[in-house]
Amino acid sequence: MSILAEAIVSALIIIGAVFLLVGSWGMIRMPELMTRLHAPTKATTLGVGGTLLASIAYFLAAEGVFSIHELLISMFLFLSAPITAHFLAKAYMHSRLKAGELPRPDGKGWSTYDKPAGVESGEAPPRDTL
Amino acid sequence: MMAHDAQTRQARSWLPHPLMTVLLILIWILLQNSFSLGNLLLGVVLGVLFPLMTASFWPDRPHIRNYGKAVVYFLVVIGDIVTANIQVARLILFARVSSLQPRWLCVPLALTRPEAITLLAGTVTMTPGTVSCDLSADGRHLLVHCLDEPDPEAAVRRIKMRYEARLMEIFE
Repeated sequence: MSILAEAIVSALIIIGAVFLLVGSWGMIRMPELMTRLHAPTKATTLGVGGTLLASIAYFLAAEGVFSIHELLISMFLFLSAPITAHFLAKAYMHSRLKAGELPRPDGKGWSTYDKPAGVESGEAPPRDTL
Repeated sequence: MMAHDAQTRQARSWLPHPLMTVLLILIWILLQNSFSLGNLLLGVVLGVLFPLMTASFWPDRPHIRNYGKAVVYFLVVIGDIVTANIQVARLILFARVSSLQPRWLCVPLALTRPEAITLLAGTVTMTPGTVSCDLSADGRHLLVHCLDEPDPEAAVRRIKMRYEARLMEIFE
């Protein structure tokens, strides 16, 4: 492996590690759950992304193969990070917040507190509408 | 005409999402990192089975009108994810916690298709300083939390102009 390739791989690993460290530090530093949620959803995607790019660069330079696994990992991460954040936020809304503390939309309220259109009682909607 | 309709209906009941089937087969082969007939067959079985199992959660097919714009949107979002990371990292390291202005935003939606709203919510979470938290019960508003936003109206405008307008052109 040439010295240039080694420098690129090391730089990518360090960039990734710095972002991961900052993301974790943000979890400690931020005052409450909602602001804390911003750190892992963003700062860590680039952290993991940098590490995966380093892995691609390493296998390309050292063994001459293009490894596609890393691209798949980052794709799965982009899909799962927003959904995890969404669930955490919803759980927080259920346990710690009341509808009155949030801006109120015109029409129906937020789905965490309000029932969907056309459902009056607390029962689940009929199966064929699902 | 009738026979053709019946045929497409039958195809729909077996392959509710043909694009998803193709994508699943492709991902399966990429995961194995090697191509063989056995892998392909197993990929086809999984690619048919998973869309069938999840079909009741996803009754309609997404209709993508403009693939070129979809690619542009993807690149814009990748770029924004990089800036989002740097911006949030800077806030975490250097901003004084007491001077942060976290806000809740209520973003009115012009999008109606569930796939488009899902993509918008995901994009909002991955891009600068915002996390999408909830959808209103009638699906017309998105609840967004901002890490540090002195000007809520400008943030709503930014989300609508930068992402929602592009998704409108792709999906609706």
